[in-house]
Amino acid sequence: MFGTYANEDDIRFHTIGVLVDNEPGVLARVIGLFSGRGYNIKSLTVAEVNPEENLSRITIVTSGTAQIIEQIKAQLSRLVPVHNVRDMTLDGPRVEREVALLKVKGRGNKRVEALRIADIFRARAVDSTNESFVFEIVGNTEKLNAFIGLMAPLGLVDVARTGVVAMGRGVEALLGMMSD
Amino acid sequence: MPKEEFSGAEIVLKALKDQGVDTVFGYPGGVTLPLYDEIYKQNFLRHILTRHEQGAMHAAEGYARSTGKVGVALVTSGPGATNTVTGLTDAMMDSIPLVCLTGQVPTGLIGNDAFQEADITGITRACTKHNYLVKDVADLARVMHEAFFVAANGRPGPVLIDLPKDVLMDQAQYIEPAKAKPRSYKPQVKGDAKAIEKAVKMMAKAKRPIIYAGGGVINSGPKASKLLTELVAKTGFPVTLTLMGLGAVPASDPRFLGMLGMHGTYESNMAMHGSDFMLCVGARFDDRVTGALDSFAPQAKKVHIDIDPSSINKNILVDVGIVGDVGAVLGEMMKQWKALKAVPDGKALKNWWADIDTWRARKCLSYKKSGKMMRPQFVLEQLREACQGKDVFFTTDVGQHQMWSAQYLNIEKPNHWMTSGGLGTMGYGMPAALGVQVAHPKSVVVCVSSECSIQMNLQEFATAVQYGLPVKVVLLNNGFMGMVRQWQELFYGERYSETRMEVHPDFVKLAEAFGALGIKVEKSTELKKAYEKMLAYDGPVIIDARIDPTENVFPMIPAGHPHNDMILGPGDTVETANDEEDVVLA
Ligand SMILES: Cc1ncc(C[n+]2csc(CCOP(=O)(O)OP(=O)(O)O)c2C)c(N)n1
Ligand SMILES: [Mg+2]
Repeated sequence: MFGTYANEDDIRFHTIGVLVDNEPGVLARVIGLFSGRGYNIKSLTVAEVNPEENLSRITIVTSGTAQIIEQIKAQLSRLVPVHNVRDMTLDGPRVEREVALLKVKGRGNKRVEALRIADIFRARAVDSTNESFVFEIVGNTEKLNAFIGLMAPLGLVDVARTGVVAMGRGVEALLGMMSD
Repeated sequence: MPKEEFSGAEIVLKALKDQGVDTVFGYPGGVTLPLYDEIYKQNFLRHILTRHEQGAMHAAEGYARSTGKVGVALVTSGPGATNTVTGLTDAMMDSIPLVCLTGQVPTGLIGNDAFQEADITGITRACTKHNYLVKDVADLARVMHEAFFVAANGRPGPVLIDLPKDVLMDQAQYIEPAKAKPRSYKPQVKGDAKAIEKAVKMMAKAKRPIIYAGGGVINSGPKASKLLTELVAKTGFPVTLTLMGLGAVPASDPRFLGMLGMHGTYESNMAMHGSDFMLCVGARFDDRVTGALDSFAPQAKKVHIDIDPSSINKNILVDVGIVGDVGAVLGEMMKQWKALKAVPDGKALKNWWADIDTWRARKCLSYKKSGKMMRPQFVLEQLREACQGKDVFFTTDVGQHQMWSAQYLNIEKPNHWMTSGGLGTMGYGMPAALGVQVAHPKSVVVCVSSECSIQMNLQEFATAVQYGLPVKVVLLNNGFMGMVRQWQELFYGERYSETRMEVHPDFVKLAEAFGALGIKVEKSTELKKAYEKMLAYDGPVIIDARIDPTENVFPMIPAGHPHNDMILGPGDTVETANDEEDVVLA
């Protein structure tokens, strides 16, 4: 921590996991910090992960120079309801997943083609009518982007994405709820 | 037997008592009536009724800054609450520990645009260290204690608690402070020993060192100031202080170079610029201090001690960052310095001091004493002399008089200098002085101000009179928003747009109207007498000192310029001074 960095001015993407008290205003505090200080949010997800302990987990994908990323982590850490901040990008190998729902409208060949591509991407059709499908796809951001890109000319009319959730590989835990 | 229950209002008072609070600054209203009723029934807590909620906030700040305790303010919902926003932001910027209690409409009405409803936790999220809306009286005691912990620990700051009226009336059990530690907030106090050792080794090697210290030293407590002064003596390093740090090392210490930054001394800024090693202690590389970032102390290896990790590497990348309480880290540093038997590089230091002495010889704070009008510098030097030997606290407002005060009042002790540094809030000085005087009834409390700033919270004079708080206000009356006028003169072709108020009250009569004493001073020769009269008078005083309206604050580094680009006096110029950067005002 607190060294000078190689390639200081390069913009990099980091995935940051934050464990917070699930209390009113906590998300506003995190978002307010990003908007107030001009940091980027590429994706942000939040949900309660431990109801007994009243803890929520926030996953943020953000971008900036190394100095800005350090600042973001330091600023997050000093929020009172924040328990733990992990830079998952620096922590090493990790799994990142997003879920997307896509609505594709069409008949005939396009419809067949959409189904074929969904199959390749292991997307599931979770709803269908004579002229539409809703696909569910799970994967990392790049995979979802690719799938959405391919569906665009095939009648894509609606997209909903969850944003990224992430977890480090190996035994290290952010939450530590099952540790004892 | 079930545990005894108390009303929310009673719980608030019990918590204040257990937190050692003996004074609150406040202003009542409909939804805080249950609290005011409890205040009526007890006598451990003194309530100072200000004339405006902003006044209550700055008074609480003055109280906190001069005692090291948490300042407490109590206001009503809606307009009472919104009036605290400037004070909260001020405390946030200057790291002043406050707890601000706001009334709120009953929980059932929240969100309905009820009478005097304001979403104050939403409004103040960005200007408080933390805030709470208490919706259940069962949480109240815990939240109260947690708020005091958060305000005072780590980097201090303001915490707001919003209290709906029904919560103040509902019943619950009380819990003691020891049982209410926050779950998550655990600031780091002790510095990393390895980093400290590294810093000490760098210190021993330094050839042109400088210690640059700020408000964090004051916040850490008098022990930190003592340690810093010892470190300066032990190493023989020169030391400079920020506006917020004044008093951390006595101004009379021969190794003190004066304040640094935009209106800092020539020797401080030159020493910063030329240094090869910088120890930054509880300061934050603010833009008013660093000037142009890319030419800031270009050759210096930098060590930064701060309790707030987000202050480190925020504006300036440093070589060693040490997160921890300044006092704890300085103590450890002294220990390691002794343990390693470190000695400073005497020969190099001697050369360095020789350089510094040539900068000092420019006497950047000298000024022309001739002329018909009084010089503000002289007015302040005389004030300093008049107060010699007394325990004197100074507060200021914002503008030229503030910078002159920083330059000429020579603050000797920590917690004796109260000024709005980060936010630069005109109207801070007078109510802050009230708060200081409440905490130090026997000491002399002087607010140095000017005719514009003082009018921003003038109403608090009545508060001073009501409570017999003998604060002394010295107006450096230049008939202008002097600081803005100075920028117009230097950077806007002397086009004095809207910086002169054509009408001002007669400050002598005004003082009298409040039941205070007013003294007008127009000649330097009258000053001494006026100060004697001021100090002898047992009550609030306004001295209306008419100074030369054309006087400017020097030295000056225009915003965005490097430290060696200083304007030393009238007639001196810096190239390219008139660019966009320059329009950011103090
Ligand atoms: C609340 C607020 N409004 C505006 C400013 C901008 N400002 C900075 S200094 C200054 C002039 C202050 O005039 P005065 O109080 O007469 O002090 P002087 O500079 O003359 O000593 C102004 C308007 C400010 N700092 N605070
Ligand atoms: Mg003025």
